[in-house]
Amino acid sequence: MPGSSYRIVEHPVISFKRGRRVVFYYNDRPVEAYIGETILAALYAAGYRVFSYSLDGKRPRGAFCMIGKCGSCLSIVDGVPNTRICIEPVREGVRVYRQEGLPTAPLSKNVVEPVEWEEAEADALIIGGGPAGLIAAKTLGELGLDVVVVDDQPRLGGQLVKQTHRFFGSREYWGGIRGYVIAEKLAREIMGMKNVRVILQGYAYGIYSDNRVGVAVRNPLKHVIVKPKMILAGTGACEKTLWFENNDLPGIMGAGGAQTLMNEYGVRPGDEALVIGSGNVGLIVTYQLLQAGVRVKGLAEIMDHIGGWFVHAAKIRRLGVEFYFKHTIIKAIGSDRVEKAVIAEMDENYQPIPGSEKVFDVDLVLLAVGLQPNYSLFSQAGAAMKYVPELGGLVPVRTWFMETSIPGLYVAGDSSGVEEATTAFIEGEIAALSIALRLGAGNRGVLIEKRRKLLDYLWKEYRQSPVVSRARMGKLKVTVSEEEMEKIRRGEA
Amino acid sequence: MEDYKARGYITPEELAGKGLLPSIERLEKGPIAIAECPEEIPCNICKNVCPFNAIRMDRIYDIPRIDPDKCIGCGVCVPQCPGLAIFIVDLSKPGKALITLPYEFLPPPRKGLIVKLLDRTGRVIGEGRIVKVWSYDKTWAVTVEAPRDKYMEVRALWIPEK
Repeated sequence: MPGSSYRIVEHPVISFKRGRRVVFYYNDRPVEAYIGETILAALYAAGYRVFSYSLDGKRPRGAFCMIGKCGSCLSIVDGVPNTRICIEPVREGVRVYRQEGLPTAPLSKNVVEPVEWEEAEADALIIGGGPAGLIAAKTLGELGLDVVVVDDQPRLGGQLVKQTHRFFGSREYWGGIRGYVIAEKLAREIMGMKNVRVILQGYAYGIYSDNRVGVAVRNPLKHVIVKPKMILAGTGACEKTLWFENNDLPGIMGAGGAQTLMNEYGVRPGDEALVIGSGNVGLIVTYQLLQAGVRVKGLAEIMDHIGGWFVHAAKIRRLGVEFYFKHTIIKAIGSDRVEKAVIAEMDENYQPIPGSEKVFDVDLVLLAVGLQPNYSLFSQAGAAMKYVPELGGLVPVRTWFMETSIPGLYVAGDSSGVEEATTAFIEGEIAALSIALRLGAGNRGVLIEKRRKLLDYLWKEYRQSPVVSRARMGKLKVTVSEEEMEKIRRGEA
Repeated sequence: MEDYKARGYITPEELAGKGLLPSIERLEKGPIAIAECPEEIPCNICKNVCPFNAIRMDRIYDIPRIDPDKCIGCGVCVPQCPGLAIFIVDLSKPGKALITLPYEFLPPPRKGLIVKLLDRTGRVIGEGRIVKVWSYDKTWAVTVEAPRDKYMEVRALWIPEK
């Protein structure tokens, strides 16, 4: 209920740095918040759970993705409708209204200010400041190139900012360091480079002829047209949902959405949770829920075994979290938030077995059922695309050096096919080195050798691990030689 | 599919089958690390942080092999393993087992505290006293005194809130 606080005061791993206390208004009621939080995080901390209604006004919608990708928190902020409050920073006195049905178009001049306009040139434009984009910006920045980094979030780091566990892999590629620490380190380095310009809350909405890219920037509103020589898009991925009765009830959230709330903003996403899906995301998030003081009543997995890495499963099992194999969620129950969740055992055809239902009293259901690459910019630009289930969906075809069929447009990280942060770092660096070579920056021999080493490590060591073989097979399906790519460009393949 | 993947926890028999357990003679000599890391995941952090070069991994996804002659059970790997999968077991003291575990929860552990001892399934199988704590980057390495016969079972601890 509004009034009670879900803010995490003490956490075993993270110390939350909250900014100045401010007050804003939600449906004309005052809400306390701290600078640095988003509007939705502050509302959630205060106990709000319903952030919009379906267009017919009948069905309440809660937080789902928390990273500005889904539409369940569209609100009216200072008169501007369809604002995603999960990525909109709080400001003193800002007036926020819940949207019910289609909002009124903002016709008043008080709402639509004249928008500043700017044209910017750059050697390289990096779209997305996650692991791939950050490492690429660092690599290109250190080579003295003029770089523009655009990210739609209020801070750099992508989804690294909510990863509190130490990364696996090799110490050379950020293994052994907690994700959010890596993000802080890289962001600080990049922000300190004079030749790297960072545009936050900037949405790269389209790639035009002459290699121009349109960027819509918020706070303050600005329209930037960037004309880079080369583009690297590392636009990441967004969470998938599942089909079941009442799957839109508030409290049913993407696993990553809960991570954003608890690990980035220090807001407990619920009191008692059920997690669906035992891939690494589901397993890691379950552990983090326990760290945030949420009781996890069970983890349902539709397969007959753990989907992710065993060590992550062992970590939560030894703390008493029950696994329900061959089970999935079939129904959620509640009026304006989830109160109960029902899982059932599946038969060989993945149909629920009658009588096998189990009911959980929970206020939080986390869906950890996979991610889908954010492909729209590549499709819009006309890049050759391929649907690869192993990679989560539609992804651009690329060369070994990460260039798509659009000359000068590179891809890296989850938008090249869902994998892990470790491989995103490596792909981002391979793409950056390839861009630098094309632009003639640095010592050619040194860069080629560096890239060869990265490619060897990625393909001949890291991806040889049997536990990542599915992703490896997926990536092989969309990685082609330079000659094959030329054929694709000429329309011959 | 391996049985431990269909369960979510591994048994001592499965660990022994993978060659991941030291001999009882070695355990009785003094502390040694046990890596409960049976899958070929691409990670070699333990190998790189070991000050005694006691962990062998030729490829990044090899299962870590701990050399019983080189490992002194110092525990440096315990809080640094990203999978929190390494434990130190010491059977050199009569009548008890000393077990060092990673711990990332509140309240913080303190020497002298009596804590609940949990097995790999989260079942409480006894109580034990904390005899040593230290931490690396927000992960505690906690050494507890456990009943000697539970040395292959105790793999987590829980500190009851006051």
